[in-house]
Amino acid sequence: MTAYRYDHEVIAQWIEPGEKVLDLGCGDGTLLRHLMEVRQVQGYGVENDPDKLQASVRNGINVIQMDLEKGLVGLEDGFFDHVIMSLSLQAMHNTQGILHEMLRVGREAVVSFPNFGYWRHRQSILNGRMPVSESLPHQWFNTPNVRFFTIADFDVLCEMNGIAVRERLAFDEGKLVLEEPNFLASVAVYRLGRAG
Amino acid sequence: MIQAQSVGVVAPQRADFAEPLKLRSGGQLDNYHLVYETYGTLNAERSNAVLVCHALSGSHHLAGHYADDPHNVGWWDNLIGPGKPLDTRKFFVIGVNNLGGCYGSSGPNQTNPATGKLWGADFPFVTVEDWVESQARLADRLGIARFAAVVGGSLGGMQALSWSLQFPERVGHVAVIAAAPKLTAQNIAFNEVARQAILTDPEFHGGHYYEHGVVPARGLKLARMVGHITYLSDDSMAEKFGRSLRHGRNTYSYDVEFEIESYLRYQGDKFAGYFDANTYLLTTKALDYFDPAFDYGGSLPAALARASADFLVISFTTDWRFSPERSREIVYALLHNKRNVSYADIDCPAGHDSFLLDETRYHALLSAWFDRIEV
Repeated sequence: MTAYRYDHEVIAQWIEPGEKVLDLGCGDGTLLRHLMEVRQVQGYGVENDPDKLQASVRNGINVIQMDLEKGLVGLEDGFFDHVIMSLSLQAMHNTQGILHEMLRVGREAVVSFPNFGYWRHRQSILNGRMPVSESLPHQWFNTPNVRFFTIADFDVLCEMNGIAVRERLAFDEGKLVLEEPNFLASVAVYRLGRAG
Repeated sequence: MIQAQSVGVVAPQRADFAEPLKLRSGGQLDNYHLVYETYGTLNAERSNAVLVCHALSGSHHLAGHYADDPHNVGWWDNLIGPGKPLDTRKFFVIGVNNLGGCYGSSGPNQTNPATGKLWGADFPFVTVEDWVESQARLADRLGIARFAAVVGGSLGGMQALSWSLQFPERVGHVAVIAAAPKLTAQNIAFNEVARQAILTDPEFHGGHYYEHGVVPARGLKLARMVGHITYLSDDSMAEKFGRSLRHGRNTYSYDVEFEIESYLRYQGDKFAGYFDANTYLLTTKALDYFDPAFDYGGSLPAALARASADFLVISFTTDWRFSPERSREIVYALLHNKRNVSYADIDCPAGHDSFLLDETRYHALLSAWFDRIEV
């Protein structure tokens, strides 16, 4: 995760000081720890892996064990200012369900994911091999990812589900990409709200 | 980290209190005493004290053993000691036998100072809140203004939760393990079966059985048997005993046939040999009465608004006595109040009793949590 500190920096810029923040799939709590330090957020992580959960506790953050595939049952509507999912959406089956839940319990959602449409990934497929890169570090046989989608795919999904894209930043291995992000960016970070 | 060790030989202490204690029941204890044990050393700042609250059949004897009884090992010895998750090199750990208990604190099997006779059934009803109040007075006596943490499992977890509500400024961290914010009708039902077993035992004598030189052992045994079923999971019973037969075949009798029968009878007899029936009655009632949300129109979030501690809430996947859902009620209520809380649902097959085991991930999590507490 530390390789993607730039997505953490973007996320921090979208958070106001003192917000209530929920970080889904918080891992060892690095991002929340960062947000607590630079934005003084009242932060909660969600994690279902016992080892990562323990690492989060050791890291001094609040972490709640929950299976995200079952939604955010028990969390109140509109309770959080921002609900974050950093580089985990592609590892979930219930994609639409969790996006709906994030915007139910949060005023805004922040989502980052690896762009499968990145040109190096396309090149790899053209050469007959599944892509392995900085943003897709796993082999096809051991990847935790279960959903394979591009920036263009995600834009369509948001449109279909009445989700407003308030802001989008795209990166090529850490450098901001301004043109042709679906081709030139390896990772995208979205700020989402409810349309209308 | 050093090899985890035992705290070694320990000895109980006693504190006497002359200031009357008003009880939730409306009654009062004019004077009383508490038996307790401590492990580790209170630091100069008096900031490293951890109170461990016991459950239904527990006691003040948390860890180590007695010089004259080396096999009497404390009930949470696997958690508490040098190099263990609750590390006595860092923390000053205190265990107290609750009022109404049967291990030396004022209770039914102790002398009523007003009459010079054993209290028996005349010992007043005590609640979780009363216990917490008495524990706070012991803390005063020991010069502890604020606990680094208050910790407990099951009924002990309810005391830890109550600490955060009764004395929010006196507790920095609270661990509520395998507990619930109140009992369900089913929980109360099991308690009532246990109580009826004791109350209808011919040797109960209205709770004054000491004077008759007998104990309601049959009733207490039955109570323990019922309780024990709720402490284990269906799976753990199936794994441990299944339908194993003592004689390898049906004998068509009411003697022990299935191994589970043998196990429950053994546990029941053992318990009836050392525990006090009046304490069992009082303690199950304390469980039934516990409901901090009651005064807040049943709203747990409203009740927990007073809490300010950092919480750790732990449940176990196979615990059906206090299911994970009951722990989540506490977590959501704390979240509602924007309190610091972490929650883990530990995958362990042993049911409610899991909280007493040294399951690796459970203890690793407690280690991580205790390690981050600054003293």
